[in-house]
Amino acid sequence: MLLIPCPYCGMERPEIEFRYGGEAHIARPADPNALSDDEWANFLYFRSNPKGVLAERWRHTFGCGRFFNCLRDTASDKILAVYKAGEARPDGAAERAGPSA
Amino acid sequence: MRFSFANVALQAFAHNSGWPEQWRNPEPKAAYEAIIVGAGGHGLATAYYLAKEHGLANVAVLEKGWLGGGNTGRNTTIIRSNYLMEESAALYEHALNLWEGLSQELNYNVMYSPRGVMMLAHNTHDVQVGKRHVHANRLAGVDNEWLTPDEAKAFCPLLNIARDIRYPVVGAALQRRGGTARHDAVAWGYARAASARGVDIIQNCEATAIRRDASGAVSGVETTRGPIATKRIGVVAAGHTSVVMAMAGVRMPVESYPLQALVSEPVKPMMPCVVMSNTIHAYMSQSDKGELVIGAGTDAYISYSQTGGLHIANHTLEAICELFPTVRRMRMLRNWGGVVDVTPDRSPIIGKTPVPGLFVNCGWGTGGFKATPGSGHVFAHTIARGEPHPLAAPFTLDRFRSGRLIDEAAAAAVAH
Repeated sequence: MLLIPCPYCGMERPEIEFRYGGEAHIARPADPNALSDDEWANFLYFRSNPKGVLAERWRHTFGCGRFFNCLRDTASDKILAVYKAGEARPDGAAERAGPSA
Repeated sequence: MRFSFANVALQAFAHNSGWPEQWRNPEPKAAYEAIIVGAGGHGLATAYYLAKEHGLANVAVLEKGWLGGGNTGRNTTIIRSNYLMEESAALYEHALNLWEGLSQELNYNVMYSPRGVMMLAHNTHDVQVGKRHVHANRLAGVDNEWLTPDEAKAFCPLLNIARDIRYPVVGAALQRRGGTARHDAVAWGYARAASARGVDIIQNCEATAIRRDASGAVSGVETTRGPIATKRIGVVAAGHTSVVMAMAGVRMPVESYPLQALVSEPVKPMMPCVVMSNTIHAYMSQSDKGELVIGAGTDAYISYSQTGGLHIANHTLEAICELFPTVRRMRMLRNWGGVVDVTPDRSPIIGKTPVPGLFVNCGWGTGGFKATPGSGHVFAHTIARGEPHPLAAPFTLDRFRSGRLIDEAAAAAVAH
């Protein structure tokens, strides 16, 4: 079980207080009708799924109830940073790759 | 040397000193006609059928660890084919038909045991979904039948069908041809049979990059044991699919989650079948060694750590103890995790990719073991011909762009 620091509550809490929100920084396109099928599929289904640092969303459901983002190493499950919704990735990495080849 | 009564008798007199190694352990060659990345059951089966049915013997299977050491050696060995969608039922039924003759075909006892897989219903919704599956399966020619709680109890006497428990059993779907097989034997049997047909199985050899020529087509792989040239690569890397495909610049609609299982201390035969409950995330069977084999659900988050949270296993054991009160005082011996590659529609991806010469077989999620022979069979066809096998044709990567999903989430959201 992960021990997750909530950036709003300012303390670590066990994972069962949280709900997972999947990969972070995937903004819903402003005008879906303007997208090609490839772009829409990339938004809906294609994920980076890295073995390494992943930016992901959590919601402190049984705490403050708010969404926040988390950088976690998916190979070791070590949590590297947490930051509030709307803030940029603290490691400065590109937020999301575009459609594939 | 074939396994036969005569050879077993002969070796008994020779103190079993004459058995040869079961597969060769070759150095990688400079080039192959095709390379399979991943020596799990699906990858080894693919190589076997490439050699046997398509005349492609100059094939290598690369494995970063040891063969069958990933999800093939970590799953709960359940085999069934009662999926809802026609496309899925056809694919898994193809696999089930191959299971029935697999030990004879490979000359290796994979211990396929059609002891019946019973899937429990606990509420009205479960009953509706379960009966819908039964009817859809029977229309598709796949055996599946509906049982009352008393009939379920008769089939599995351990089952608690009391009405006053938290999740009472109100019915069950039974596939009698479903069952289990020995997971290691499947990997070893395919490895032995493929090696005998000339396939090179190269263990401790991790693919580190995929080389492409000027036209963008595949031209080889870089490995920890040197570069190898090839025109065709089949990626069968399960939980690490996204990592391998990223070497060719291809993003996948796949996410990797921990999935765990556990076994009890070995006891005398007590569990005659496989019982699954998708609603309360528990399934149990008994191995021939006597251990009760219990599968838990996936963790909530993406991870490659091969470790799941204890609360997930705990949740499953609560359900198991309620359904089978007799196991409450048993000790659990081992608990382990694997990394499963889950697609948005819970159906696999088998076929071509945007990169010429690069093929992928992934997305089996929490339930790929049952499909091992069928998966290898149709994927070998796809690699050899360059076009999908008819049964694999609906399972393209392109379906996530076209929207033609094969939605098996109801059948297989957690327990597969």
